[in-house]
Amino acid sequence: MASISLTVNGRQISGEAEDRTLLVEFLRGDLGLTGTHVGCDTSQCGACVVHVDGNAVKSCTMLAAQANGADIKTIEGLAGGGELHPVQKAFHENHGLQCGFCTPGMIMAATDMINRHGASLDEATVRAELEGNICRCTGYHNIVKSILAAAAEMSGTQQAAE
Amino acid sequence: MGVEGIGASVARKEDKRFITGKGRYTDDMIVPGMKHAAFVRSPHAHAKIRGIDKSEALAMPGVIDILDGKQLTADAIGNIICGWMIHSKDGSPMNMGVWRPLAEDTVRYVGDAVAIVVADTKAQAREAAEAVAVDYEELAAVTEAVAALKDGAPQIHPEAANNQIFDWEIGSSADVDAAIANAAHVTELDVVNNRLVPNAIEPRAALGLYNAAEDHYTCWTTSQNPHVARLVMSAFYNVAPENKLRVIAPDVGGGFGSKIYIYPEEIVCLWASKCTGVPVKWNCDRTEAFLTDAHGRDHVSNIKIAFDADHRITGLKVDTIANLGAYMSLFSSSVPTYLYATLLSGQYNIANIHANVRTVYTNTTPVDAYRGAGRPEASFLIERAMETAARELGVSPADLRRKNFIREFPHETPVIMTYDGGNFDAPLDAAMKASDYDGFPARKAEAAGRGKLRGIGMSCYIEACGIAPSQAVGALGAGVGLWESAEVRVNAVGTIEVLTGSHSHGQGHETTFAQLVAERLGVGIDTVNIVHGDTDKVQMGMGTYGSRSGAVGMSAISVALDKVEAKAKKVAAHLLEADESDIVIEGGELKVAGTDKSVPWFQLALACYTAHNLPEGMEPGLKESAFFDPSNFSFPSGCYICEVEVDPDTGKTDIVQFVAADDFGTIINPMIVDGQVHGGVAQGIGQALLEGCVYDPDTGQLLTASYMDYTMPRADDLPSFSVLTTKTESPSNPLGLKGCGEAGAIGSPPAVINAITDAIGNNNVPMPASPQTVWAALKA
Repeated sequence: MASISLTVNGRQISGEAEDRTLLVEFLRGDLGLTGTHVGCDTSQCGACVVHVDGNAVKSCTMLAAQANGADIKTIEGLAGGGELHPVQKAFHENHGLQCGFCTPGMIMAATDMINRHGASLDEATVRAELEGNICRCTGYHNIVKSILAAAAEMSGTQQAAE
Repeated sequence: MGVEGIGASVARKEDKRFITGKGRYTDDMIVPGMKHAAFVRSPHAHAKIRGIDKSEALAMPGVIDILDGKQLTADAIGNIICGWMIHSKDGSPMNMGVWRPLAEDTVRYVGDAVAIVVADTKAQAREAAEAVAVDYEELAAVTEAVAALKDGAPQIHPEAANNQIFDWEIGSSADVDAAIANAAHVTELDVVNNRLVPNAIEPRAALGLYNAAEDHYTCWTTSQNPHVARLVMSAFYNVAPENKLRVIAPDVGGGFGSKIYIYPEEIVCLWASKCTGVPVKWNCDRTEAFLTDAHGRDHVSNIKIAFDADHRITGLKVDTIANLGAYMSLFSSSVPTYLYATLLSGQYNIANIHANVRTVYTNTTPVDAYRGAGRPEASFLIERAMETAARELGVSPADLRRKNFIREFPHETPVIMTYDGGNFDAPLDAAMKASDYDGFPARKAEAAGRGKLRGIGMSCYIEACGIAPSQAVGALGAGVGLWESAEVRVNAVGTIEVLTGSHSHGQGHETTFAQLVAERLGVGIDTVNIVHGDTDKVQMGMGTYGSRSGAVGMSAISVALDKVEAKAKKVAAHLLEADESDIVIEGGELKVAGTDKSVPWFQLALACYTAHNLPEGMEPGLKESAFFDPSNFSFPSGCYICEVEVDPDTGKTDIVQFVAADDFGTIINPMIVDGQVHGGVAQGIGQALLEGCVYDPDTGQLLTASYMDYTMPRADDLPSFSVLTTKTESPSNPLGLKGCGEAGAIGSPPAVINAITDAIGNNNVPMPASPQTVWAALKA
């Protein structure tokens, strides 16, 4: 067993997990954060993407013990103060989801993508960077649209703040 | 149209829980005392079970019990059923082998369930499952349908000699043979429709809970039709009578057909919960899903299409061998017959059609309906043949199709469908215009300058949706009726609950169904809640598949709304001292037409429940239900045009333009309909370019059993799509809806392959048209 102490969605968490416990299993099973999903067992689908110390990470590729000391953000922690995050809002407004199962991973990956690229994000880049996130419902059309819309809004917001 | 009524692109009500991580899928469910299950599965494609030694596994940490097929049989749990009887052309019933939820004597495909392990944790259950020692005697296996039919092939079920399940036909063989003999031109193609895995991103899961004190069962399951699951589990599997069994399909992460069926796992989890006295949850991993979710397609066909000197089609003959896998799944027999051959007339006026279909057992995963279910296979044959014929005849593919379009309705085809309406020219014209079809030669020349081979292909599909008129499908062998039910409950404060037997697993029913209510009653969609997916809440329903939730499910709501409106008008007339026929409902009020007298909707509702002042003899309350059975299938149709560029050095195909023009009849929410087309087209492009099951023919191992090996379409494999619609209303339901869920997967594969074959000048490109395949075709 490993003792783990980490921050999840701004809350300090301490717990124990078997050495083999994956981060996604810890989040879902021990912390009850079931918004992070498991869609495969080969780290292909991306339904489990969370942010670890600000970077998008597939939480099925990481042991819970490896997250000791890390700052984790899951889909449940993305919206702040009752306001949807611009990426969540864009997925809603642009019909970027259907069944919703890949959506948490998509939104977390998209947020990271926008953080890295900002306003320079274009369709080809979005499509290339979504290589690690599989959606079976939308054909990606409206996911791409959502991410570009969010990128535009977030860069606009950032410019306004600067 | 109001801002939230029919025709408005309203953002979805259900989104918030999904975008904030608050969706509730089956694997998210936790009940007190819950334990975890893993299945012991056959590693062999075909073997006798000589014995099962559970002793080592039972002694492992956390293991509660391990149950096998003998115990299941001792408890009289029934066989997995096929719900559609097909008779061979000699009149004999289909040769159905036995499918036990846990195999007792013989395993017939890799992944066949043998035992269930229940343990404290999922990891413990999986470890113990590995330690269950099953003594197998391996038998020879066969994975391909054509091979399985041959003399001397491994015999999979004693009930099916030569592994043939049925040999079925439709139409007149003699008439078609005469048409072919007298034809000015005959186009012939051999076509393989590749086997696919539906791959909903949520893996299947089940949670069985037996409550001994009440002798009652609850099953949470990833189902597209929880009521049918309850019916089948009660009537056939002998798990529990219906009144002692509640089935809940909560949020379900995609279905595409694969979650229609009642699989062994949910039955076994329920039974295991009773055996062990603990709630039992199973959720499958992705490789388990590849091995055990019902697959789709897998046809081998020959098509001949005959033309007269004027290029009119005079006959069409199809011979198909369909692989149904190791067992007959719930609707498996209907897919390659009544959902397939009945659509072989396409959009064309064809006097003579004959199809012969043989279905075959193999040592592979069972095959059943996958998005489109039979109709993609039909559409692929016809539309590949039409494009090929146009090339052989030296005429434009569009002109050849136009020459043969059906333009008078109703039109009875020789394969029992009656097309009740449509306008096939409109989507063709719209798609050609949107794709700048006439400008293609210039684009091809420009691409050639860059060293790329550019090609264009079209497909004009038709499908039968709004499944289905109960009497008609009953006459064809269906074991169930395919109506839908609805209940509209107006609460005392005027808010509304709509209970529907349809199930939403991505389709957006919580929004579109509410839009219908908003349109009719003039209330906001936020005052309407759609309730579905729970047999304790909703009256009997038939679920979601076959693009039926709008055409059948919403029509049931519409009929229930008729009744609500009728009663509300009576009450309003009474309260306003007016004539009932003068009452109109609009803007959230019941008004006396031409006056300023009105009663707000909420006040009317309250009056129904206080019942202080109702018309004499009227029952209190405002709640109505309806069962709607359509008078016919609905017939969505459309034209898809695909443009590709092939790199001659690598064989890699890029889709550079994809235009979809569909006639879906009435559209409730254009944004959601467009989304359905996007997803369907992506799956169709997936079939055409990327996806395909590969079995090792000797061992029967599924070689494409993970996302590392089976190519799912990724964002960078696909373009953005141009999606547009034309409209002729369906006369078979009160709303004029046709259904949009499957069209994309039906219309797109032939358009893609027609484009690639046009680009490379070789008409023989099998699916999936991987770079290797296209490169080989270029060199052939």
